Amino acid sequence: MTDQRSQAEIVRQSLKRRYRKERRFRAYGIAAIAVALAALVILFADIIGKGYTGFMKTTLTMEVQIDGEMMYLDDATDERQLKMADFVEPLVQALIREIPSATEADRDAVRDLINPYASVTLRDRLKENPEWLNTTRTMTFLAHTDVDVYAKHAGDEAYSIKLSEQQQAWVDQLQEDGVVETSFNDVFFQNGDSRDPSKAGILGAVVGSLLTMFVTLILSFPIGVAAAIYLEEFAPQNKLTDFIEVNINNLAAVPSIIFGLLGLAVFINLFGMPRSVPVVGGLVLTLMTLPTIIISSRAAIKSVPPSIREAAEGIGASKMQVVLHHVLPLAMPGMLTGSIIGMAQALGETAPLLLIGMVAFIVDVPDGFFDSATVLPVQVFLWAGSPELAFIERASAAIMVLLTFLISMNALAIWMRKRLERRW
Amino acid sequence: MQPANLLLLTLVLAVVAYGLGYARSRALAMPLGGIRHLKSLPFYYGARAALWCGIPALIVLALWAAFQGKVIQMLVIGSLPPEMIPADEGSASLLLSKISNVASGALPPGFVEAPIVEAAERLKALRGQSRMLMSALVISVAVLAGFLGWLRIRPRINAREQVESILKWLFFACAALAILTTLGIIFSVAFETFRFFEKISFVEFFFGTSWSPQTALRADQVAAEGAFGMIPLFTGTLLISAIAMLVAVPVGLLSAIYLSEYANKRVRSIVKPLLEMLAGIPTVVYGFFAALTVAPFISNLAASLGIEASSQSALAAGGVMGIMIIPFVSSLSDDVINAVPQSLRDGSLALGATQSETMKKVIFPAALPGIMGGILLAVSRAIGETMIVVMAAGLAANLTANPLETVTTVTVQIVTLLTGDQEFDSAKTLAAFALGAMLFLATLLLNVIALKIVRKYREQYD
Repeated sequence: MTDQRSQAEIVRQSLKRRYRKERRFRAYGIAAIAVALAALVILFADIIGKGYTGFMKTTLTMEVQIDGEMMYLDDATDERQLKMADFVEPLVQALIREIPSATEADRDAVRDLINPYASVTLRDRLKENPEWLNTTRTMTFLAHTDVDVYAKHAGDEAYSIKLSEQQQAWVDQLQEDGVVETSFNDVFFQNGDSRDPSKAGILGAVVGSLLTMFVTLILSFPIGVAAAIYLEEFAPQNKLTDFIEVNINNLAAVPSIIFGLLGLAVFINLFGMPRSVPVVGGLVLTLMTLPTIIISSRAAIKSVPPSIREAAEGIGASKMQVVLHHVLPLAMPGMLTGSIIGMAQALGETAPLLLIGMVAFIVDVPDGFFDSATVLPVQVFLWAGSPELAFIERASAAIMVLLTFLISMNALAIWMRKRLERRW
Repeated sequence: MQPANLLLLTLVLAVVAYGLGYARSRALAMPLGGIRHLKSLPFYYGARAALWCGIPALIVLALWAAFQGKVIQMLVIGSLPPEMIPADEGSASLLLSKISNVASGALPPGFVEAPIVEAAERLKALRGQSRMLMSALVISVAVLAGFLGWLRIRPRINAREQVESILKWLFFACAALAILTTLGIIFSVAFETFRFFEKISFVEFFFGTSWSPQTALRADQVAAEGAFGMIPLFTGTLLISAIAMLVAVPVGLLSAIYLSEYANKRVRSIVKPLLEMLAGIPTVVYGFFAALTVAPFISNLAASLGIEASSQSALAAGGVMGIMIIPFVSSLSDDVINAVPQSLRDGSLALGATQSETMKKVIFPAALPGIMGGILLAVSRAIGETMIVVMAAGLAANLTANPLETVTTVTVQIVTLLTGDQEFDSAKTLAAFALGAMLFLATLLLNVIALKIVRKYREQYD
């Protein structure tokens, strides 16, 4: 009796300590989740903080006297003359007129506020409208990248302002006058890559990604589904089937860069396919995403109850008819969900594409499956490696675009899983 | 015709064959008294004709498209004057790119020797001929085979069975692609690795402690011999992976435990997808974050504490990689913890143990093998991770265990050696494949062990 009571006593005395331990353990769990979620929040905040200015461009709006004499141009329809004419001078003169304190002596400093590509814009506009020659027009041009950086990040220590004090004062004045303005960066969505950050855009990379994803999708979805059907419905229990399954499971865990080595050795060196093209990228990503698609498609097929198969077989359907007419349609939502997730993975993949040469600096928007291209994540990689902060800003903006694509794909997959998948 | 257009044309031809086969089977059935006298439905006769038409043509197309580039290259090289035929593969690829640049107009013909201009002309002609031949061959195969298939439609043949068995073989081929991929990986890395070991000895590669893959640019250069010891790369990879696991394992495991044992359904349904979001973020984004935010932060922090830290520290790359792996560890451990039978939990709680005691003394030991398997899978992922280390870890192959110093990894070296211009025969490029082989073997080994552990453990409670 006394012995038992003392035991109960011991337990009671230890309870406080044990409960404290319990609370501590629980706190560890909460702390762990907090750390993980904090990392997520910091990551997003960092990217958005660095990149939202990438969606803004800085422009100069001024009255340009398109003076033929100054430009050595008397006929704006003459190709030869257009090539030789001076399109910088009218811009410089226009800007000098906008800056009260600037004189002809400051022309070099003024010229450095205008984007080097502005003269090309003027030429193109004049080519479209030859009658503009010898008139005065209000036009908008891109400002120089240094002006862009100054307008967006004047107080920020991380950015080095390359404008002189005089130029800074001018830009401040021009901003007040409404000549220098920041607005939504449509250039970013309409251009390919460029050496000039304010001219650089993601259109080329987005089109490259779309072409690559198209190849990946049309190859990996049918092949993945067919392989899943075979393994779930037709494969006999033998060594070969086991071997296939082991291979698929292992391929799912092989580092993606190994697929890049495979692409380089087989598609480019053995088959002699060109480098940096969406077709090869798509083939490599197909091999990489196939295991994911096969595994999720098999799960979808498995979840179709046997009663469906038995009912179909009972009324005389052949095995293939059972599968194609009954199992496949019922498993389709699950297969599509898995494939969307696989495609999202492929869209974010970078490493294997570096090895097959999709890292080249490509200005033109690719116009076919056999045209040199880059993809969005590789574009991020290229810009992130640049020492210029204006490119880093664009890299963050490109990441935001990439993440928007990925999050919407994943949201679509989750929505489909919730809405279309049947519970049996 | 372009291969893509030819592909479309073949598909159109297959559809036509389907229509013709369908019509013919119906026409043959008419005199017999309707389609019920056919062995199969007209659909299957059509499908059979379409498969007859499409499959051989597509095989021919795929083979031709795959090998034409190489064959044309060999023909062009072979037709050069004998004194210009390159001795090794490196100069061959250089010559070929010159020829194809001339052919595409990127290099004006005036800049190169006359035989190269001729070769470029020949290249253009051969490409045109190859395209013509391919189109002719594919179309004639499609038409001929389709016609044969159409001709052989008889009411007595069981078209359904034939179509189904062809489909089954197609499905099998798709599944067997996994084997082909593995074989492709093995052969592509093994072949180049053997050639690498012809140049560099095993001992140097596996036990050498210095890595600087600079081979001589000119034959008379002596200084830049190049060293190919993989130990610094290996330790660098291990250091970064270890840091990643130090972050990922406690955080991932504890959040999995909290989510599976403590959290209510609502918290779980919010937190779990958020954690999984970490897994969905592309690695290039993590690399960006590590290189431009975390690494400067760490080196500034260290500097303010008076410690010297590299701006490309192993800690930054490893820490961010750890964040990336958290959801991997947590979802695998979550599965394993949930697989532990409820009876163990109930038994322990009934004896008066608190929840944490149940977790620590009963469930965790029971789930340990599965958790270990999950961790091994996570390690294999950390070793093979590329973009974070390419962007945030350095290129300097230091042999160090200091997480504040720069180290380099196997994957970083593969990417650096293989991006940009490369000659295919140098020890430098071959070294990348040798490293790839090591990486493949290491991850394969980890995966096989991990999958075995996980599977064995699952069987215990099934």
